Amino acid sequence: MIVADRKPIEEIIEEVKNYEKILILGCNECVTVCEAGGKKEVGVLASALRMYFLNQGREVKIDEETLERQCDHEYLEEIRDVMDQYDAVVSLACGVGVQFMAEKYHDCPIYPGVDTCFLGATEKRGLWTERCQACGQCILARTGGICPVSRCAKRILNGPCGGSAKGKCEINKEIDCAWELIINRLKALDKLDDYEKIDPIKDWSTDRAGGPRKVVREDVQE
Amino acid sequence: MKAKTPSKLEKILAAGHLAVTSECGPPRGSDMEVITEKANLIKDYVDAINITDNQTSVTRMSSLAACIQLKLMGLEPVLQMVTRDRNRIALQSDILGAASFDIHNVLCLSGDHQSFGDCPTGQNVHDIDSMQLIQTVRLMRDQGKFLGGGDIKRPPQMFVGAAANPFADPFEIRVPRLAKKIAAGVEFIQTQCIYNMEKFELWLKIAGDRGLLEKVHILAGVTPFKSAGMAKYMKNRVPGIEVPDELVKRMSDTPKEKQPEEGVKICIEQIQHLKEVEGVRGFHVMAIEWEEMVPGIVKKSGLYPRPSVE
Repeated sequence: MIVADRKPIEEIIEEVKNYEKILILGCNECVTVCEAGGKKEVGVLASALRMYFLNQGREVKIDEETLERQCDHEYLEEIRDVMDQYDAVVSLACGVGVQFMAEKYHDCPIYPGVDTCFLGATEKRGLWTERCQACGQCILARTGGICPVSRCAKRILNGPCGGSAKGKCEINKEIDCAWELIINRLKALDKLDDYEKIDPIKDWSTDRAGGPRKVVREDVQE
Repeated sequence: MKAKTPSKLEKILAAGHLAVTSECGPPRGSDMEVITEKANLIKDYVDAINITDNQTSVTRMSSLAACIQLKLMGLEPVLQMVTRDRNRIALQSDILGAASFDIHNVLCLSGDHQSFGDCPTGQNVHDIDSMQLIQTVRLMRDQGKFLGGGDIKRPPQMFVGAAANPFADPFEIRVPRLAKKIAAGVEFIQTQCIYNMEKFELWLKIAGDRGLLEKVHILAGVTPFKSAGMAKYMKNRVPGIEVPDELVKRMSDTPKEKQPEEGVKICIEQIQHLKEVEGVRGFHVMAIEWEEMVPGIVKKSGLYPRPSVE
């Protein structure tokens, strides 16, 4: 899933302090799971903003809404009838949702309420970690199911580098060395000989480097 | 192994001499005097001088510019190149730039992570890794081709090196990793600073058993301690370096004013020991910001005078 984290309230206040009617818009997908932008967080942010405006002696309308998804036309349409009641929206969806909202409601300012962080998983409640950088050409078949692109600080395809110590990355002792994980996994799979295959220079054109990406599936288009 | 390039370092190794290299870090400024002074201190005691490439990710004068300066002084530079800061276009371009000045040695590295340096908020590139940089230089040299497939007019003639760290983890892949670099086309290796002799010799032994030592020249990396503090710092803070307790103790038990002398003494003992170890073809003396000690270390280790080759 897409993992996001809450933006500091001061940053959000700075963006919306001059508006009179604000909608706080949550998303029921990834950001709900990572407890950054679901219904609960919409409520928390709305309360904090109400408190702020109250202290300022201002009457500002703050409404709450959470959509099933913000990355889908269908769900964004659900608020079309009420959008003219607001002069700004704080979207707690990931960057995709914020942009999709902005595209759909062209004349209404949409502010991000979260920082979109990475594609990751829930290790345990309150701890999410990265697993994928969406490079567009998956190499997990060759690396024992552990991704060096997202999990090695230098995205080294033929690692580990000389900074790997006791299974940890040189940049932080809290971070596992991806290549140590790969090697352990290759061992478990009885494929350690594969370690000596040189991974070729990667085609990064399917990554960010190739420009904005598209997946086109004519077979499923209507 | 017969020399394939005009590299003096390669010729010395091919002739069966123990090679000696050292390194200079470029300055945090544009004064080339810093390089010429360091180089003049050590030039008669080494066969080639590495110029580091923004080591520890701290921004410095470019390695290429400093290598050109060494070349203009009639010296033999080893161009260090890290894959952290440049993509494949820039790396190939700088290889050609170096080749245009007949720089004949390159050391292919991934580079320390930028979080250690003065621009921790910067991007890193890592378009290719050090293994793939070795392949790239070999492709450019041996086939006269760019990665993109085009022909190179006057291809680079470079002796291709890389680093190896027998002390990084996990140990069991340290020899396979060397094998992989050899398969990628590496011709000489400069190792990480060696303090744990036993582990280094075990690494060499396993490499020798696999027949790898006939395929690559290994230069053993040594670094003298300036102080007991440095020994402790290397032991505890520098990733991938192993300093045995007895060496830290030996430095700590030495009175402060005698510690630099003791550090140099340890370094000379290490070289003398390693000279007898099978598979060691030379030494890479890394006297970090302490270049003035290199002549003494080389002399007292019995590695002076340096051989001349045609």
